[in-house]
Amino acid sequence: MSTPANKTPSAAPAANRVGLTLADYKGARSTLCPGCGHDAITNSIINAAFELGLEPHRLAKLSGIGCSSKTPAYFMRRSFAFNAVHGRMPSIATGVHIANRDLQLLGISGDGDTASIGIGQFTHLIRRNVPVVYLIENNGVYGLTKGQFSATADFGTKAKVGRTNELMPIDLCALAIELGCGFVARSFSGDPKQLRPLLKAALAHRGTSVVDILSPCVTFNNHEGSTKSYDHVKEHDAPLHDVTFIPPHEPITADYEPGEVRQVTLFDGSRVTLKKLEADYDPHDGMAAMVTLRRAREAGTFVTGLLYVNAQKPAFDREVGMVEAPLASLPLDRVRPPRRVLEEIMEAHRSGAAPR
Amino acid sequence: MAALAFSHEGDSSLSAPTHVRINDCNLHVATVNGSGSQTANATLLRAIFQMGVPVSGKNLFPSNIAGLPTWFTIRVNERGHLARTRTNDVLVAMNPETAADDIAAMGPGTVTVVNAGIPLPELPSDRTVHVVPCGKLVEPIVPDAKLRKLVVNMIYVGVVAHLLGIDAEEIDRALGSQLGRKQKALELNRAAVNAGLEYAREHLPPAPVRIERRSLTDGKILIEGNTAAALGALFGGVTFVSWYPITPSSSLAEALQGYLERYRRDPQTGEATYAILQAEDEIAAIGMVLGASWAGARAMTATSGPGFSLMTEFIGYAYYAEIPAVIWDIQRIGPSTGLPTRTSQGDLLSAAFSSHGDTKHVLLFPASVEDCYQYGMQAFDLAERLQTPVLVMSDLDLGMNVSMAEPFAYPEEPWDRGKVLTDEELDRVKTFERYRDVDGDGIPYRTIPGQRHPAAAYFTRGSGHDEQARYTESSETYARVMDRLARKHETARRLAPGPVIDRAPHAAVGLLSFGSTAWAMDEARERLREDGLETSHLLLRAYPFHPDVRAFLASCERVYVVEQNRDAQMAALLRMDMPDLAPRIRSVLHYDGLPIDARSIVERVLHGEREEVVAR
Ligand SMILES: Cc1ncc(C[n+]2csc(CCOP(=O)(O)OP(=O)(O)O)c2C)c(N)n1
Ligand code: SF4
Ligand SMILES: [Mg+2]
Repeated sequence: MSTPANKTPSAAPAANRVGLTLADYKGARSTLCPGCGHDAITNSIINAAFELGLEPHRLAKLSGIGCSSKTPAYFMRRSFAFNAVHGRMPSIATGVHIANRDLQLLGISGDGDTASIGIGQFTHLIRRNVPVVYLIENNGVYGLTKGQFSATADFGTKAKVGRTNELMPIDLCALAIELGCGFVARSFSGDPKQLRPLLKAALAHRGTSVVDILSPCVTFNNHEGSTKSYDHVKEHDAPLHDVTFIPPHEPITADYEPGEVRQVTLFDGSRVTLKKLEADYDPHDGMAAMVTLRRAREAGTFVTGLLYVNAQKPAFDREVGMVEAPLASLPLDRVRPPRRVLEEIMEAHRSGAAPR
Repeated sequence: MAALAFSHEGDSSLSAPTHVRINDCNLHVATVNGSGSQTANATLLRAIFQMGVPVSGKNLFPSNIAGLPTWFTIRVNERGHLARTRTNDVLVAMNPETAADDIAAMGPGTVTVVNAGIPLPELPSDRTVHVVPCGKLVEPIVPDAKLRKLVVNMIYVGVVAHLLGIDAEEIDRALGSQLGRKQKALELNRAAVNAGLEYAREHLPPAPVRIERRSLTDGKILIEGNTAAALGALFGGVTFVSWYPITPSSSLAEALQGYLERYRRDPQTGEATYAILQAEDEIAAIGMVLGASWAGARAMTATSGPGFSLMTEFIGYAYYAEIPAVIWDIQRIGPSTGLPTRTSQGDLLSAAFSSHGDTKHVLLFPASVEDCYQYGMQAFDLAERLQTPVLVMSDLDLGMNVSMAEPFAYPEEPWDRGKVLTDEELDRVKTFERYRDVDGDGIPYRTIPGQRHPAAAYFTRGSGHDEQARYTESSETYARVMDRLARKHETARRLAPGPVIDRAPHAAVGLLSFGSTAWAMDEARERLREDGLETSHLLLRAYPFHPDVRAFLASCERVYVVEQNRDAQMAALLRMDMPDLAPRIRSVLHYDGLPIDARSIVERVLHGEREEVVAR
């Protein structure tokens, strides 16, 4: 979009590569509790989408049920959205993708929505490798039903009313890696510097990408003794690397010492650079990722960053063998076989040659 | 009917029976599941069909892959009455486990063919029993003992062909069309048929029921309801199917998969113009259907009782968020797992009001394989026009058994995708509001995700929403939206197929049936007429009820609603819809899992009429 002539360039809000401003990526005003981690994630999504220059009509927002699943209303108002039933967003995503493979799908879920009621659909989405960016806004509780433990609640964490969780958590990242997911990351709502490039990278990946985002619930899980409070997460956040996202065809500008960074090239040619922090970490090594996650659990820390990536994973579409054009766009003459086909089938049923 | 002498192997009287019934008989074959009897039974059925005589075949099978008893009933009737009957004329008893009961159920004048070695119960002398050494006859033909088990059933095909007078030539042709490509199997089976035939010619008299050539099946096809439904979907332009295996609906999805693979590939690239997915469960199946349909595909699923129950939360969502979907429920006996391989019409109420809250759905009731084909297409048009789930209520009897039909007609009409606004149309209309009733019929307009127009996008949710699809908890708005949905349901009365009415002048009594019950109806009415009771008949084809249904009820003094469930579910729907006419409604109920027969209807209607006289 060109800058209107009667305005000075500095007065006009900055436009991205498709001519939209940051405001175009916003949605309705959030109705979540002030300070809720989910709102911070919404903000990161808005910024990531703006910076990437996503076209709103080419993206569909999908979600389940929960405070987290409400958030698609709060960003990208010009995109279609499907706020489904509890835990079943993956099946919606699968159907939407099949109908229109040109749509980019952004799925928002919660830890209750994914790790309990929706764990079956979550695992099968990954197994099929349906191209969806699947975000889990993980606060360890059911926010919307007022603070019950979810299946990601850490062992020994305390509920607001004093109960202690005696069950081991389900680590959704470890589960995703085990299922062969081609893009698995963990981040923190309070670390937009890490979250935004990870979101962009997830959007550039071709299959299912899972991003588990620790997102404190200020109302029901932000107290002393909770392992998902802001203070606790901040203190125990153990980033694996500094993450930078570089869109396709943009040069890498930063200078790195040799051996200091690892670079991941994604399907569309965009790259992610991972600058080493304490130890070197290879996100292509799934085994190492599992070990790292297990060690972190034992140490009571949260490893964040790009945990695992396999950009070569065969796409879902190839398996289904669909035509290039979205199925939803096919005209009648491409989906109704000609008269002679019916005649052929009728003849077979008349003569008895039809396979029974 | 002439009583025949009790005969054993070798000493049968070869004289022909004195009274012979032509082209009107029932043949009942009792075998063991997984023993290859399907080919044998299909051969008999097809040979009779090829002789030009109307015929139907019903498989009464266990929920088991191999080893449990299974029965196949063939009804031959040149007047076209092809429903199940309660009695049989000829029995083939191949299963030692059930033989005693099977044979005991045979009445006077009947003929039983029993495999040698099966102990015979004491029987009155007016039943004919032929003991046939099937094993001994097949032995020289098939040296391999394992293979022999699969061919031995062909012996009874030959025997029955002789007893009933089925042309050997037609048997051979029927066998050929089934096994044509497997030359070796064809040879063996043919030899076994001939062995049976020769044995029977030599030792057994013809049965008192015979088949004679007619030309009543010329040009007709034999097909199962599920296959017909799959064909309807194929020509209706289905683009997405998601399903989870469950009897008796699997064969619909599998038939469709076969047709799609064959006929819906891009000629240049070989790529598919459809997708079919076997989902992880029925919740996922319906979820995928809704996602695909929302995004503009023609999407469907097929299931049965337990799977249908699992789908209900999403069905309610689709009702409220107004997403088209086609769901085939091939009903089987419930509750719970019930009798998974037996037929029923027991899902009516749970389908009509599927899901929590105020919901009411559109149901279609196919009554023939032809209907299955037509509704296979029309259900999509209806779902897209009404933007709501359409539930097609077939059943196991209709879905899995073959019946005769005229060849299906190629659709001359294009599809109807309902009120969809393209980007160009959005430019023309001043405003687009997803849930606004612009036309007064309760049906709003929709756009399809991916449309570029800045006004196209909307937010779909199962929570309270206003005309612009915005979240709201406003009581007035909620009630307004619900009232509009009720209005839309009213519109459906006239969009869905209306009833087929056959009115007898001056008849005070009406009969109302739907679905697979229709097969027994003509026959029942004919017998009632013979008993002096003229009846009118209404074949119900959809819920919500067309205004003509009301007019029919109003025109009869009494209406017997005939249905295959315990709780008179259709009668309940009718009473609810027309409380003022409720006193006219009577019920004929059949719920033992076996397809309904005409005699059951006749007996219960006559009983009802006698009570009526007493009451007066
Ligand atoms: C089938 C069903 N069961 C229960 C509920 C009630 N429910 C609403 S939200 C929710 C839990 C949400 O937890 P989570 O996904 O972690 O979201 P959060 O609110 O924490 O963001 C539950 C159980 C529901 N909506 N549907
Ligand atoms: S209850 Fe918790 S999760 Fe829900 S909006 Fe409030 S802070 Fe966020
Ligand atoms: Mg939660």
